[in-house]
Amino acid sequence: MTSKRLVLKFPKEVGDKPIVYKLIKNFDLVFNILKAQVSPEKEGLLVMELTGSDNDIEKGINYLKDNKVTIQPLEKDIARDENKCTHCSACVVHCPTGALYIKDRATMEVGFDKSKCILCEACIPVCPVGAMKTNY
Amino acid sequence: MAKTYQEINEKIKKGKAVVLNAEEVIKLVEEKGLKKAAEEVDVVTTATFGPMCSSGAFINVGHTNPKMKITKAWLNGVNAYAGLAAVDLYIGATEIPDNDPANSKHPGSFSYGGAHVIHDLIAGKDVKLKATAYGTDCYPRKELEAKINIKNLNEAYLCNPRNCYQNYNVAVNLSPKPIYTYMGTIKPNLGNANYCSAGQLSPLLNDPLYKTIGIGTRIWLGGAQGYVYWQGTQHAPQGERGKNDVPIGGAGTLAVAGDMKQMKPEWIVGTSMQGYGVTLTIGIGIPIPILNEEILKYASVKDEDIFAPIVDYSSDYPNCKPGNLGKVSYAELKSGKISVQGKEVKTSGMSSYKKALEIANILKKEIKEGKFLLSEPVQKLPGPDSKERFKPLK
Repeated sequence: MTSKRLVLKFPKEVGDKPIVYKLIKNFDLVFNILKAQVSPEKEGLLVMELTGSDNDIEKGINYLKDNKVTIQPLEKDIARDENKCTHCSACVVHCPTGALYIKDRATMEVGFDKSKCILCEACIPVCPVGAMKTNY
Repeated sequence: MAKTYQEINEKIKKGKAVVLNAEEVIKLVEEKGLKKAAEEVDVVTTATFGPMCSSGAFINVGHTNPKMKITKAWLNGVNAYAGLAAVDLYIGATEIPDNDPANSKHPGSFSYGGAHVIHDLIAGKDVKLKATAYGTDCYPRKELEAKINIKNLNEAYLCNPRNCYQNYNVAVNLSPKPIYTYMGTIKPNLGNANYCSAGQLSPLLNDPLYKTIGIGTRIWLGGAQGYVYWQGTQHAPQGERGKNDVPIGGAGTLAVAGDMKQMKPEWIVGTSMQGYGVTLTIGIGIPIPILNEEILKYASVKDEDIFAPIVDYSSDYPNCKPGNLGKVSYAELKSGKISVQGKEVKTSGMSSYKKALEIANILKKEIKEGKFLLSEPVQKLPGPDSKERFKPLK
């Protein structure tokens, strides 16, 4: 099994096609939507993580390309500047997945589990010291 | 057996003082009892590390040739108060640049302001000074642009009118919209509850009746040795207290000062509260001399015995509505969730317990090594029986 994080851009003319549904159904892929921007008559954007066998992922990507979806690997990443973080915990209640969490209730240290981060960026504006950053 | 400041300082000088932080002392008192523990322990170190808006710095930039009586001044584009003698300036923590969009695109990000200037100065960075003046016979110069650096300033000291709040509100939002406050971003419909105190480590919670912390107390301020110079603004010692004399809500505050040239940038941090503004996160440590059992009893207070009021910041707080939505202990707040109006609400701190503990331990080490001596207050802070009351504008 492999996981790939992709940025998909849907031209407006395919907006009415059930592309993601078919991607899942026909190629046996597991997907997790990290970010979606869909507005009528405009290009749609979907950031997703696809998980499946290498073969199925390749077939799925080819299917997307055949449907005029442009694909870029996701190179974005949320990082914490360890020198800036004060462990105040302001971010913890805003992180929807628990990627930012209290490691130990005795010391109140704030942990950051990147594997749970869905790149929603909710932590960035609420961090009082600017410790959370997007990297591309 | 009572001890004096002098006796404790003699032990510190000899490297023989027994020093514990305000967390460690809880366990010791539980194990040995108050009497025995009070005989053993000389000093308890307390600390806090959180945003404290009422802060700022006096700087003297030195005279130019020809001389100038500065009328208006900006440091990295942030207005500094110049209504003082010629080249004295005060840079306030919450000041934002003249051209900052502020909340015109709500919520504003407030990425740079006076607090960041103070941090940059302490970090040893060059800061751009721009100044104007009307000119006089003795001070003819009218314009100035220069780079300043803390190492070249005559004086640079923090002079904070209100720090170290004894206790504080827990902020929640009962409205259906997110709100952006000095207590952080609070999600709608009781989405989260934000608190701001180091609880059992916090200085004035460990000396609730100001028996040892007063005017003239030497403190650890941003890595340097500083002093309490007055009670802080809005000092309100008369409010509700628990049976343990610990205030339930705001109460006492401290005005503190210290030399920025001795401070470290990791303990004085420029801070941006989304949709609210700029503030300064400050590290403060205060030693409590264990003069007797009573002082130790206060200094061994636990999170579960310190309570804070839950206040709605969407309507009640801005509209000065008295009352609260209940009280919670810091033990509950630190557990990650509390119950408000029957709903489970997740909690976040605005003050860092982890950093407060680090400061308490640094101060402990400095005292043990004889580098930090205790000072007896020259004047007590107004206590619960004082007549001057914190009141609203009429």
